[in-house]
Amino acid sequence: MKTVGMPRGLFYYYYYPWYKTFFNDLGARVILSSPTTRITIDQGINKAVDETCFPIKVYFGHVQELCQYDLDYLFVPRIVSIEARSYICPKFMGVPDMIRASFSSLPPLIDITIDLSRSQRSFKEELYKTGQLFSKSRRRIKAAEEHSSQELKYCQTIAAQGYTMAEAIDIWEGQELTSTWDSDLCIGVLGHGYSLYDQTISLDIIGRLRKMGCRVVLPEVLPGERVENEAATMPKRIFWTLGRKMVGSAFSMEKMPEIDGIIYVACFGCGPDSFIGEIIERKLKGKPYMMLVIDEHTGEGGLVTRLEAFCDMLRRRRRQKIEDNLPAYG
Amino acid sequence: MKITYPHMGNACIAIEAMLQKLKLEVIPPPPISKKTLEIGVKHCPEFACMPLKITMGNFIEALDRGADTILMAGGWGPCRFGYYAQVERDILSDLGYSFEMVILEAPDSRVSELFRQLQALGQNVSIWEAFKALKFAWHKLQVVEELEKKISYVHPRALDKRKAENIYDQALREIKETQDKEEIDQLGISCLASLDQLALRAEEPLRIGLVGEIYTVLEPMANFRIICCLGRLSVEVDNSIYISDWLNDHLLGGLVKKSHRRELVKCAGPYLNYFVGGHGLETVGSTVSYAHQNYDGVIQLGPLTCMPEIVAQSVLKRVSSEEGIPCMTLYFDEHAGAAGIQTRLEAFTDMLRRKKLAKAAMY
Repeated sequence: MKTVGMPRGLFYYYYYPWYKTFFNDLGARVILSSPTTRITIDQGINKAVDETCFPIKVYFGHVQELCQYDLDYLFVPRIVSIEARSYICPKFMGVPDMIRASFSSLPPLIDITIDLSRSQRSFKEELYKTGQLFSKSRRRIKAAEEHSSQELKYCQTIAAQGYTMAEAIDIWEGQELTSTWDSDLCIGVLGHGYSLYDQTISLDIIGRLRKMGCRVVLPEVLPGERVENEAATMPKRIFWTLGRKMVGSAFSMEKMPEIDGIIYVACFGCGPDSFIGEIIERKLKGKPYMMLVIDEHTGEGGLVTRLEAFCDMLRRRRRQKIEDNLPAYG
Repeated sequence: MKITYPHMGNACIAIEAMLQKLKLEVIPPPPISKKTLEIGVKHCPEFACMPLKITMGNFIEALDRGADTILMAGGWGPCRFGYYAQVERDILSDLGYSFEMVILEAPDSRVSELFRQLQALGQNVSIWEAFKALKFAWHKLQVVEELEKKISYVHPRALDKRKAENIYDQALREIKETQDKEEIDQLGISCLASLDQLALRAEEPLRIGLVGEIYTVLEPMANFRIICCLGRLSVEVDNSIYISDWLNDHLLGGLVKKSHRRELVKCAGPYLNYFVGGHGLETVGSTVSYAHQNYDGVIQLGPLTCMPEIVAQSVLKRVSSEEGIPCMTLYFDEHAGAAGIQTRLEAFTDMLRRKKLAKAAMY
């Protein structure tokens, strides 16, 4: 049985069910790196150039871990675009090349290009080429692809119930999670999945908020169509997929009366987020908004203080609203 | 309508010429100064890249001088530049400025689209006049770039470097003011001639290739005048990017002159096999090409957090060891200090000189 190594980083949080089903159906075993730890981070920092963003460094750490195993292949896709006329980020487009340049001994890479910006055809062709590494039958590859899409949809419906993508993946894998959180506040939390849902990168912001008595609303819960429509109110179409999703989600959340405030989690040095955070801050007039920028140096204490202060402020604002019907700021 | 535009190196000479030929009243932003950057930094998002902050400073300074229309370029990503104009418009409106923003979106390899955008911009000009305006600006650009190439040859070799700099600066100032094609040619020729008369050192200087993000490479105020600094250290700098090449490749679809881009892409192939936005691919390709031409070293420039240049920088590590060419990366932001840059340049060139001597001794 052939083995395929998969780093637990970047688009793992959006597409893992798809990847795993595809390789399993073709008779390959998927070996996933372990959840991010401080060691992963340190290894990543050693390998990557200083200026890259935190999630990429963590990804390098995961690749380093996988290099210890005896793998037939390492799966590091080049994700250019996952929808028409949009990109993810230039760094995603160079990930396989950056990895090749930074590691001396690597298992053979499966670095397929995922580019749906113009047409589906080249992507299908790439997929077929990848499938051929494991199976000669075109029919089997096609069936695997269809099955993968179904599994991904299933996982997304789990996430739509209010779980993070990381939790949704766990549930999809058969784990049981309890979903009873006591809450008196409701906070919308935005950010790129690969930093937000990685508990070590985000310092478990979502878990901490839940413990502080907040219900957390994530972009995955919002209907995609509404998010797109809200994002389309921008004068120029935002050409970063995740950026557009975040802007659309923020605008949607602003209109949801049950949401008390919005938190945006960005990584230091993230190109698109330096603009997206600014756009949201300028356009969002009706709801308290906080932008948290994290990197590998983040001290937990500072983060907890800011979260607590934000929650306290929201609670006070709500009390005051009930008492005299005036917003706290006015 | 009083129109203004952002600065980028010597591009202002061509842009101003074009706008004047389109019968527009032009209010150029004052030359980039420390104050320009300070204004930009104050109003821009903290970890946006530096060109956003400088162009923002340009716009505010120009609007304060009475401009009411801003000319800016656009794009469709993945580099952040494509969204510059949108963010800047929002920031300026929130600051209370009233103005109009004209955004030239890069046409999908259709030149006629560009003419139409220019014609729409101009005051009662025909499409023929729009074409002529563009052609005149292009001509000015050609002369300026010829001088740029000449000075990069003469400056590191000249015994009297100040004199070379003065001749060059003087010529640029005069070309900027001149509206007649023949006179511009004359100015160009006489500048080339006076540069030729300077006494040169016999010793061959070090040769360094300059690669990186276009704005940081071309705008001296964004890179602490690195080309001039290196020239004074007697290092010949070959610039991998010229505005006319970029316009030719990206706006005019390779119509005007032969494009080197395909060669560069081929050079980059073994190391970086995909377009990564901005100038990432060209940076890698040019570095490989410099290695093939036996240059002594390569310096990569970029604004801090520039996404395409980070990809290129990661890959350059491997290019450097496999092609055997020393590479140094310099990132710039509002905090960089001139002395620090100068020290790094001196250290780098010292190292290259030693390497060159050691190599010569071996044979």
